[in-house]
Amino acid sequence: MLEQLTQVINSTGFLSLTPGNLIMWIIAFILMYLAIKKGVEPLLLVPISFGIFAANFPLTGLMEQGGLFYMFFHNGIQNELIPPLIFLGLGAMTDFGPVIANPKTLLLGAAAQLGVYAAFFTALLFGFDIAEAAVIGIIGGADGPTTIFLSANLAPHLMGAVSVAAYSYMALVPLIIPPVARLLTTPKERAMVMKQMRPVSKGEKILFPLLASLVIILLVPKSAPLIAMFMLGNLFMESGVVQRLTDVSRNELMNIVTIILGLGVGATMSAENFLKPQTIYIFILGIVAFAFASAGGILIAKIMNLFTTNKVNPLIGAAGVSAVPMAARVVHQLGAEANPQNYLLMHAMGPNVAGVIGTAVAAGAFLTAIH
Amino acid sequence: MATPVNSPMVGKLVSIDVNVGDQVKENDPVATIEAMKMYVKIYAPASGTVREIKANPGDVVNPDTVILVLE
Repeated sequence: MLEQLTQVINSTGFLSLTPGNLIMWIIAFILMYLAIKKGVEPLLLVPISFGIFAANFPLTGLMEQGGLFYMFFHNGIQNELIPPLIFLGLGAMTDFGPVIANPKTLLLGAAAQLGVYAAFFTALLFGFDIAEAAVIGIIGGADGPTTIFLSANLAPHLMGAVSVAAYSYMALVPLIIPPVARLLTTPKERAMVMKQMRPVSKGEKILFPLLASLVIILLVPKSAPLIAMFMLGNLFMESGVVQRLTDVSRNELMNIVTIILGLGVGATMSAENFLKPQTIYIFILGIVAFAFASAGGILIAKIMNLFTTNKVNPLIGAAGVSAVPMAARVVHQLGAEANPQNYLLMHAMGPNVAGVIGTAVAAGAFLTAIH
Repeated sequence: MATPVNSPMVGKLVSIDVNVGDQVKENDPVATIEAMKMYVKIYAPASGTVREIKANPGDVVNPDTVILVLE
């Protein structure tokens, strides 16, 4: 009788709970609070935080081979299926008009990847191996799916930490960009009004995803899964003839895979995987990456202005850290603060969307170099 | 001298924040548009009196659209 009672008690989770599980629950609740009460990336942090919460119950087998979350993780994320599907949706809502009107902004999107490399080298100095350092560096691209994509490839054990770092810093873009931008620009530079953009024709918008694919995928073949899907989504939208596919890519499909992505990522954050000193380093390096990315864009914009006649407001370089469209909005506000007649929003969208491409290319370059 | 106030970018006009006859100073907010899910205030390019309002809230505006005219 007593023996059976012990057996029943042992089969419940209570006795197997570890202090680590409890700490992870607290972390899950903090993220949930931020998402629900403060509106911090709720579409991602609600599923991620619940994934953390659920994965830290003992004896569930959720993350053991064949378990539910294991399948989400293994079949959705580890085999690189979901991030490209999210890119399809992102492509179907990205307007490349500002890039086409002012192709120089592509360079600014590339320049912001300096942050990626700054964090990469710093991570190497901190003693991370080369694959881990690449995954930490890519946080600076401020692009969640790309970060998850690269970490699935190179360092799956860091996925939880890097993706939470990427998504939470993205939400902090309004706090990270302004001090960096103010430090590197004068009020006069920030007040500079840019020439109005030329209108872009439909033909150009249809050709852009094809030309961009040709150039980028030939240059960095490993970026193909992300770039090809991104450009396909964009072609869906710009062609104007497949409204249904456009809608499903950016709404239903994206929402469905986001649930699986969030749970899968959250579930990788078990206590033994997450509660390590390296997680703290990742968060420190992540913010270094973000700050350097903003700085890189601004500095290259200033250098570019030395050589060109049609000058750009250096602030728009800071929008190269992707985080679409939040970074562009922050840049707009900084510009309007210096001069109410300065409307930078659309100008900043150029580097902003170019930054998404830049980060995917940087990820492809890491894959090529490290594999 | 009449000064047209155009929309600085493509967006949806949310509200006109002045009335015909109002005195405005340069850099006073005169209208609000929504672009990229952000409310963007449009500021008067010069001081003057609002002579005419030419657009309605809900309209899609672009850089060619005159929203109001100052005098």
